[in-house]
Amino acid sequence: MSHVLSQTARLAPTVLPERRFGLRLPLLLLLAFVAVPLLGSDYWLGAILVPFLVLSLAGLGLNLLTGYAGQTSLGSGGFMAVGAFATFGFVVHGGVPLPLAVLFAGLVTAGAGLLFGLPSDRIKGFYLMVSSLAAQFFFEWLFQKFPWFYNYGSSGTITLPRLEAFGYDIGTAVGRYYVTLTVVVLLTWIAVNLVRSQTGRSWMAVRDMDTAAAVIGIRVYRSKVLAFAVSSFYLGVAGALWAFLYLGSASVQSFGISRSFQILFIIIIGGMGSIAGNFIGAAFISLLPLAIDHLAQAFFAGHVDAGLLQNIQKALFGVLIIGFLIKEPDGLARLFRTLGERLSSWPLRF
Amino acid sequence: MNPASAALRALRRVALPVGLVTCLATSAFAVDTHPGPDSDKQFFPIASYRVGPYASAGVQIWAAMIDYLRYVNEVEGGINGVKIVWQECETEWTADKGIECYERQKHGLNGAPVAIYLPNGAPAAYALTDRAAQDKIPLITLAYGRTEATDGRVFPYIFPVILTFYSEASALVNYIAEREGGLDKLKGKKIATVYHDSAYGRETLEPLELLAKTYGFENIQIPVADPGNEQSSQWRQVREAKPDWVFLRTWGVSTPVAIKTAVRFGFPADRIIGDVWASSEEDVLPAGEAAKGYLALTPYPAGASFDIHQRLKKAIIDTGKSDLRDTSTFGSVYYNSGLTDALIFVEAVRIAQKKFGNRPITGTEGQWALEHLKLDNARLKENGFYGLVQELQLTPADHEGGGAARVQQWDGTKWTPVSDWVQADRALLRPLIDAKSAAYAKEKGITPRDLSQDLSKQQ
Repeated sequence: MSHVLSQTARLAPTVLPERRFGLRLPLLLLLAFVAVPLLGSDYWLGAILVPFLVLSLAGLGLNLLTGYAGQTSLGSGGFMAVGAFATFGFVVHGGVPLPLAVLFAGLVTAGAGLLFGLPSDRIKGFYLMVSSLAAQFFFEWLFQKFPWFYNYGSSGTITLPRLEAFGYDIGTAVGRYYVTLTVVVLLTWIAVNLVRSQTGRSWMAVRDMDTAAAVIGIRVYRSKVLAFAVSSFYLGVAGALWAFLYLGSASVQSFGISRSFQILFIIIIGGMGSIAGNFIGAAFISLLPLAIDHLAQAFFAGHVDAGLLQNIQKALFGVLIIGFLIKEPDGLARLFRTLGERLSSWPLRF
Repeated sequence: MNPASAALRALRRVALPVGLVTCLATSAFAVDTHPGPDSDKQFFPIASYRVGPYASAGVQIWAAMIDYLRYVNEVEGGINGVKIVWQECETEWTADKGIECYERQKHGLNGAPVAIYLPNGAPAAYALTDRAAQDKIPLITLAYGRTEATDGRVFPYIFPVILTFYSEASALVNYIAEREGGLDKLKGKKIATVYHDSAYGRETLEPLELLAKTYGFENIQIPVADPGNEQSSQWRQVREAKPDWVFLRTWGVSTPVAIKTAVRFGFPADRIIGDVWASSEEDVLPAGEAAKGYLALTPYPAGASFDIHQRLKKAIIDTGKSDLRDTSTFGSVYYNSGLTDALIFVEAVRIAQKKFGNRPITGTEGQWALEHLKLDNARLKENGFYGLVQELQLTPADHEGGGAARVQQWDGTKWTPVSDWVQADRALLRPLIDAKSAAYAKEKGITPRDLSQDLSKQQ
């Protein structure tokens, strides 16, 4: 029966892709919303899972732009800064409640992204990446230079009066975890639907060959600029979450060029043009060094010079990145999918 | 609507209130120490940076801390018999890793509790402000961080001990007055400040403005944009203004560049006074010959001839137990800053033990001890830090305590102290600090502690 079905599918490629998640997604959500908060300690929730989720969201934002629409960018850190400082501005100067402030900040960032996406009409590839660096450095300069953005505080850092959403105190580790998780799940769901919609298909057409896309009637420039706006919205929200739900207080240093690179590495390692890849990449970037560190502390602390130990960990992490990329240049998401397909087809063949 | 998102919505409806209720119930308590076999020991967490751009300074700081703790353990038998254990955690001088380290270490190590936490870096210190207050763990930010945290009524758990940037500015003016022959001689003098255009650099704008108004000197402010590896236009400005003194508030690469450029433009190095973060060997060595005669303010002068260094040399360095791989940096500015950090920790634990008994000290007890910390010259002579650390007395309202700096001069190969402790006029600057802390309290919705009540309870 299934043999016949797949035959038809091959003959008629217009059939929508079959839903890949059966029970897996509800199980994953059950785990994230119920099991993890019950089992995890404050350290796990507040210091490991919250940053992991926020970095996944930032990766998702960049992946929409780079992985789906094919536009390279190194301005992610700058856009995250816009989200954080805009949220602060709306709360402190405008008295807007936090959830709404984050939404508005996302929209402001989307506007900023749209603006910096305008050159994508004429510039492509690496040149576009370099021009996106302008966004990074411009925003770093902007939020440092004008004290209005950090409400004239002496330290140049921004911090919110009280973390509150819909009357609940969300300042604790569990509260911060739930809010971050809810936002990330919601935005991921939107992203999944977006990339399957006409917009997402236009993006992928532009990515694969913009001339061909133009020939079949896709408005290429509009698609590109829209990708910049949507991607920046995601990055802006991620920046706000990073600043207020993870760090608690942030300055431009929290959103420097190294943050942009970190997010780029997340999508390269996780997998370009994959939604799950962002989560896998973020886990790789944020959880693996911690795991290495905990192992190193447990086995070698006191026996090996501490400075040497830290540098060995960095080197090991680098070797792992290179190793995985040689094994699967399309990212870890692809690696896992291949593995899953191999395991699900009986008899097992290796 | 697909089944997955329907399930998700249902879940969120149930799980969110449950989670919020549990977190509300637990938020009011101080952080607890996880039980373990080391519950008779005191834990000293070291949030270190051994990789990244500041590692070369860092290794000296951590080595000093570890050397001193090892000395206390092995020679003095611990703090009144309580041994100290320590563990490092790599922060790379960033806020995000700094938070991870704090969360990892705040529950103690194998049962040994945390009395005091040192964030060792401004980004982490700012990010931890709220968390530390929630967990009731005091933070020490020695010579960095928020100046307004001096006000213990608004910041009960932050301790910018010894010297804030405001006191630094005032100590500078007082030192110049000393050199000029009195505060009345400052009238009509010109003091130019070349500063790193960042939150750190801008911190002295306000106090210098007030000091200039009070003493009648001309206050010239010249910013240097980060990173500051080209400063011709700034020093051309300095040359045109012809100041009597230059206060150099740069950091990192901008310090040696400033010194070299100053000399190129004919401004003598012995008329430039560097600030705390422009006062180490690493700041002047790259400037080479140009730095000869350069002056610098510091709350922990360089030198290996203080009494504590003799003791450490005998017990730790010469026996090969030091954490320093390159013992030529023994007694450097950064090494001595690490010693100072460790001393404040050990003395605070000692003071807490006097009240709570000779046992490991928790965060709330550490906070009490820091608010009642007293280090007079008699005590400093006893523990060997006389000359390296100034007399200190903290109160619940005043979390700085000292407010003095010594001036040292670079002779091309080493620093030599050229002044005694120069005290800042802290009473003059306190209203500025109070205004800032009040603004912070208002922005964050904090009600300042009523100390008159607090004091009677604690005595």
